[in-house]
Amino acid sequence: MLASGGTGSLSERQNSIITTGKNKSRIHCTDDSLAGSVSQRACVFCGARVVLNPITDAIHLVHGPIGCATYTWDIRGSLSSGSEMYRNSFSTDLKEKDVVFGGEPKLAACIDELVSKYHPPAVFVYSTCVVGMIGDDIDAVCRKASERYGIDIIPVESSGFISGNKIVGYRAAAEALMKLIRPKPGETIEKTRKLNFLGEYNLGGEKWLIERYLNEIGIEVNVAFTGDSTVKALKRAPGSCLNIVQCTGSMHWVAANLEKEYGIPFLDVNFFGAGNTADSLRRIAAFYGDPEIIRKAEELIEREMARITPVIAGYRKKLTGKRAAIYVGGAFKAVALIRQMKDLGMEVVVTGTQTGKQEEYETISGLLSEGTIVVDDANPAEIERFLLDMKVDVMAGGVKERVLAYKLGIGFVDHNHERKECLAGFDGAVTFAREVYITTCSPVWKHLKQSMEGDEK
Amino acid sequence: MTMEKGISTQRAVEVNENQCHMCMPLGGVIAFKGIEGAMVLVHGSQGCSTYMRLANVEHFHEPVDIASSSLNEKQTIYGGEKNLRKGLDNVLRVYQPKMLGILTTCLAETMGEDMGRIIQTYLQDHQGLLVDIVPVATPSYGGTHTEGFWATTRGIIAHYARPCESHNRINVIIPHISPADIREIKRILKLMEMEYTLIPDYSMTLDRPYGGRYQKIPDGGTSTADIARMPGAPVTIQFGLTCPDALSPGLYLEQEFGVRLINLPIPIGLDNVDQFIAALSGISGKPVPQTLALERGWLLDGMADSHKYNAEGRPVIYGEPELVYALSGVCIENGAEPVVIASGSPHSRLMERLTPVIGGLSEQPVLIEEADFDMIEHAAVQKHATIGVGHSGGKFLTDHHGIPVTRVGYPIYDRIGGQRILSAGYAGTLAFLDRFTNTLLEKKYGCYREKTLEKMKPNRVM
Repeated sequence: MLASGGTGSLSERQNSIITTGKNKSRIHCTDDSLAGSVSQRACVFCGARVVLNPITDAIHLVHGPIGCATYTWDIRGSLSSGSEMYRNSFSTDLKEKDVVFGGEPKLAACIDELVSKYHPPAVFVYSTCVVGMIGDDIDAVCRKASERYGIDIIPVESSGFISGNKIVGYRAAAEALMKLIRPKPGETIEKTRKLNFLGEYNLGGEKWLIERYLNEIGIEVNVAFTGDSTVKALKRAPGSCLNIVQCTGSMHWVAANLEKEYGIPFLDVNFFGAGNTADSLRRIAAFYGDPEIIRKAEELIEREMARITPVIAGYRKKLTGKRAAIYVGGAFKAVALIRQMKDLGMEVVVTGTQTGKQEEYETISGLLSEGTIVVDDANPAEIERFLLDMKVDVMAGGVKERVLAYKLGIGFVDHNHERKECLAGFDGAVTFAREVYITTCSPVWKHLKQSMEGDEK
Repeated sequence: MTMEKGISTQRAVEVNENQCHMCMPLGGVIAFKGIEGAMVLVHGSQGCSTYMRLANVEHFHEPVDIASSSLNEKQTIYGGEKNLRKGLDNVLRVYQPKMLGILTTCLAETMGEDMGRIIQTYLQDHQGLLVDIVPVATPSYGGTHTEGFWATTRGIIAHYARPCESHNRINVIIPHISPADIREIKRILKLMEMEYTLIPDYSMTLDRPYGGRYQKIPDGGTSTADIARMPGAPVTIQFGLTCPDALSPGLYLEQEFGVRLINLPIPIGLDNVDQFIAALSGISGKPVPQTLALERGWLLDGMADSHKYNAEGRPVIYGEPELVYALSGVCIENGAEPVVIASGSPHSRLMERLTPVIGGLSEQPVLIEEADFDMIEHAAVQKHATIGVGHSGGKFLTDHHGIPVTRVGYPIYDRIGGQRILSAGYAGTLAFLDRFTNTLLEKKYGCYREKTLEKMKPNRVM
């Protein structure tokens, strides 16, 4: 009923909305956004940029007119323990004459300027819509510059029109990463017992927290892809004995290729929520198979669980029975959030993603009770309808969803690129519970609601 | 890049490093959002509309819906008409707007989309459709969001304005200012008992009181019936001293319909507000009401109270040309002589307008057109700036150099309430001045004791 009802809904969107337990049909997903539907999705360039941008000491040069660079300047909350270069936004700032006569000379000049000014270890050159359209050969410009300076200058094929789906941009970034880390002929990378942490962007220092856990149990992190990473550290990636993969949407392809090219196996992990964190640590320890590592992991889990369980139980008491909605970019995050919300005694009544795949939606549906709405590539009109119809108390999502929830007098938890809070690990589970509590149970909603009742009298 | 005193510095570098401006269609979106019953569609790839929504949401803290024709690779090669038509179908069905603005992107312009023909065909195929479709060309390689705002405002007026009988309602054309500033200007117009058409009026559409629901198209905005009657106005007041002639909506009304244009600075700053009030008095022949006289008095009193603190300020002022011009005036009339004045736009008349304003300064400021923040930061350091005045893009002035920033303009994404920043009118000017002075004082008192000790007893033994 919900899926097709309501005024102004678009019939072409019907197959992208299902109700668990009611619809037999599979959800329609991974397609281009419907024109005019006001999708919450971004573009290929955005996907590529968010994956690569946390590489701290690289220059990230956006080849195109100004907008694409402006909108993604310092876009993520990724933290660095060293260089701050990645927080700058460099653009070739193409003008009309460049569009008419070609942007290659300007790109070459910009690379020259940046290399002589900053001496970066690598430059990523992102292509944008116009560049793809006018046919600039950025491969050739990058190759020549790379030869000239003896550093990696890597083109990223991220023209926005290729797709409205960020996943395609993740792949462009992944290809650029594989190029970066591939050893030069004759170069050998020393094999170690360290692991790589894929799909971890160090928002709010999350990489540092998980690294602390791993160090405590006797495991060293080689490098994260790409939170707080450097070009030099990434180039050591082929020497690791294991890849753990968190954000699967952005990094499964990289993990599969690292296995193919360098024989490194990978494990899917998830450090959002205490239960997920404990599971992930156990699986990593089991992979190493060292009894000492396994013992230390159990010790850490026991200590941390004992510390945080009563705190979370306190929040659970206040949140039990509240109704939650989730609308996030990738399915990995949705899955983690569903588990965390349920751990807090809440009922998840709406779940959606921008870029989920068929099998991921099946996983999601399996986690949810009957009658839950599952949606792919939603728009504001749909989200509003779901929030109201399903009587949602709190929503988790990104910036665009936040203002919509607030307009409806509904609490909101930020789970986006730019958040400043560490939500991973055991400490992050407490922070998350507190975030959900302070917004769901805020006194402001009472006043907002009363003002509405006052209007009706 | 030259950095000699008083020399207007053009961009000498190829790279734009940390942008001081946004793209052209973004300005167009904000202008369209100031029209009653309007929805906007961006003809390009999906990312453009999402980025613009994000930028607006972070600044206004309101849902700002922008549709997209979501062009993909195939359409980019073979033409985007089919997807644009589908986009029109869908957005018209869900939003049911009275007016739909279509903004082109770099992609659509590079593809060479013939917007006029596409829209005409669409309307022919959908007879009886009760919507006005207004296209504006806004390729971001052709200008900044400032030019996008002016071009769109002019485009909207050109679409609706028709010769009509003379009436009393004056035209008021605003540049990109905060919703709070628009409301203040409207309050002054009301106090002066003026009838007016203000365009584009996004004071209610982009800053809504809580109402328990999300309106797909929020109430408010300039009505298209009023816009149609703008040619009959006795006069146009446009806060557009820096607006280039080719984009000037006020000049369009003057040239096409003979409506006299009074171009004024944004009424921020004693002198600039006085000019606005004098112009209104001149038009209506009515005296200045007591309320405004009191507010002017409070401003004067405040200026006296804070003048010695302000004299210590060495501001670096940056942002959109029109706002930068007005803010330079406020700083100068309060004894805080600007040391750097910069704008991301390369197309405005800012520098020629500033010449007489900065003529009497004891030290000539560095002026930068088509600025990026790399240039602004360098100039600020070289000129020993002590305070920034502008949008959130200047955050590195503080992070890198300890120069605090009084936030004003667009975008404000690292503080709450960008849409509520009030700087217009006598009351708004005083509010701005207090924020400015207190930013200086916070910095001063934050390290006053340590600094003085350091200066007076540099060799003390701990």
